[in-house]
Amino acid sequence: MALLRDIAQIIKSKNAGPFMLTIDVLFEDASIYRQVKATGVLNAALFARLYNVAEADVLFTPYDTALAFKATLPRLVPAGDFGDTDVYGAQQHAPLLDVEVPLNLR
Amino acid sequence: MSAPLSYTMLSTSGILGYGFAEESLRAGMTRNPSIIGCDGGSTDPGPYYLGAGKAFCSRLSIKRDLRLMLQAAVAAGIPCIIGTSGGAGGEPHLQDTAALVREIAREEKLSFRMALIHAEVDRALLTRRVGEGRTRALAKQPALDAGTIERATRIVGMMGPEPIARALDQGAQVILAGRSSDPAQWAAPAMRAGMQPAPSWYAGKMLECGAEPTTPKEPDCLLVTIEGDHLYCEPPNPIRRCTPLSVANFSLHENSSPIHHVEPGGLLDTSDVLFEAVTDRVVRVSGMRWTPAETYTVKLEGVELAGYRAITICATRDPVLIAQVDAYLATHKAKVQAKAAAFGVPAETWRMAVRTIGRDAVMGERELFRGPAPHELGFVVEVLAETQDVANAVLAMARTSLLHADFEGRLCKEGNMAFPFSPSDIELGALYRFSVFHTVAPDDPYEMFPIEHEKV
Repeated sequence: MALLRDIAQIIKSKNAGPFMLTIDVLFEDASIYRQVKATGVLNAALFARLYNVAEADVLFTPYDTALAFKATLPRLVPAGDFGDTDVYGAQQHAPLLDVEVPLNLR
Repeated sequence: MSAPLSYTMLSTSGILGYGFAEESLRAGMTRNPSIIGCDGGSTDPGPYYLGAGKAFCSRLSIKRDLRLMLQAAVAAGIPCIIGTSGGAGGEPHLQDTAALVREIAREEKLSFRMALIHAEVDRALLTRRVGEGRTRALAKQPALDAGTIERATRIVGMMGPEPIARALDQGAQVILAGRSSDPAQWAAPAMRAGMQPAPSWYAGKMLECGAEPTTPKEPDCLLVTIEGDHLYCEPPNPIRRCTPLSVANFSLHENSSPIHHVEPGGLLDTSDVLFEAVTDRVVRVSGMRWTPAETYTVKLEGVELAGYRAITICATRDPVLIAQVDAYLATHKAKVQAKAAAFGVPAETWRMAVRTIGRDAVMGERELFRGPAPHELGFVVEVLAETQDVANAVLAMARTSLLHADFEGRLCKEGNMAFPFSPSDIELGALYRFSVFHTVAPDDPYEMFPIEHEKV
């Protein structure tokens, strides 16, 4: 088992407009990206569970050319509205850090 | 006029006012760019700045960046383009930026032709477009209606490259655009020079945030050179590099989809893009495609007033309180409701939100971590009401109550919270919320964006 934080080079979140949050996971090594993709661990259902939204509300796209996975889902509160906690959406990545990927690398 | 073989553009920073190294600009200018520019804004800092008509960068930092850019552009005899001027690209934002440009020109004895491109919408025209069925909601928002348009404090349209290219055709050297699609200020001069649409739009995507596609990633300058159907990204500052990872990372920035980018007038498809290292600090990007849209659409952004807020910040170091914080906050809310009602402010006229720092202040209901209690907890208390006076009054009661309320096993009988500041209560002023997030199909790309020229 490997933790995502130990095998990905970038794990980040940001607004995609005021109503959506977009989360990216990038790899520098094409072989590791391909292996992670092959495990199928990263998918819309995982993001739905981690962010407590319906799977239908998650737009999940593997982007081979960038060795990246992207998931876009609704924000909890529109950016800057009453009760918002993260106007830029830049600190919503943490639930992904400890996702376990069934790979034995190195 | 035949198209040049290559076309180089220099972006100074992620946002005008974020700053950049002066040496980067100098080094970048030795590469003879055809244009320099900077994006002036974003919706990212939230709805307040569009509503209040204010910039989210300081006048001092914007003036510093603008001065260096104007001097460089005039010395080289090339255009300088600012997108989304003043942060949100509304009329006050545009006028404040124009006033800064005139001030700098006076101080530095610079002279040039300037164009302002306005982006606030004509509400009567937009209401007519709603009636004609030419507006569409984005991000699952309700359909646009006349009431929403009327209630909005300010609505801007996001211009495409066409009005910017027209301002260049009409002889402007300095262009201040109101709200504009981030890549448009770059796609405009590139396509006008005869470059292909796909790499021109993609170049705009790379340039919109300055040196963000580089490592180390900090606000600074970026050079992009378009050649035929591909482009090259390179930071002028020798301490930075573009790598396939740094460029790929930025290609995902703030988009819902990594492969389909909807722009005014078409779709940039990046499914088959290739990122290749040319040297250890230059990346070649190729394989992008541009499909013109059947209908030209303009994105709209608008905000409405949702009340007034006051906040306070405090923290507790008391383990007895920390162990029962949920119950304490629930009791606290009930007490504030009763006390506010006693001075004539019923509970249904205000709202209170408490963020508990050290527990779930970042992710709110989405926080999954349920670890041991920390030794201290911080609180940001927010009160929203119809007037500032009521927000202040309820917040003051919430602050007092948080400091002095009793709880089971209480030892700290002089007060439950550490308040770092006097005054403890902060007026946040108006709360605006995004109310318009739609598209509209105009008659042509120019009708919503009047161009005004002046000699500076």
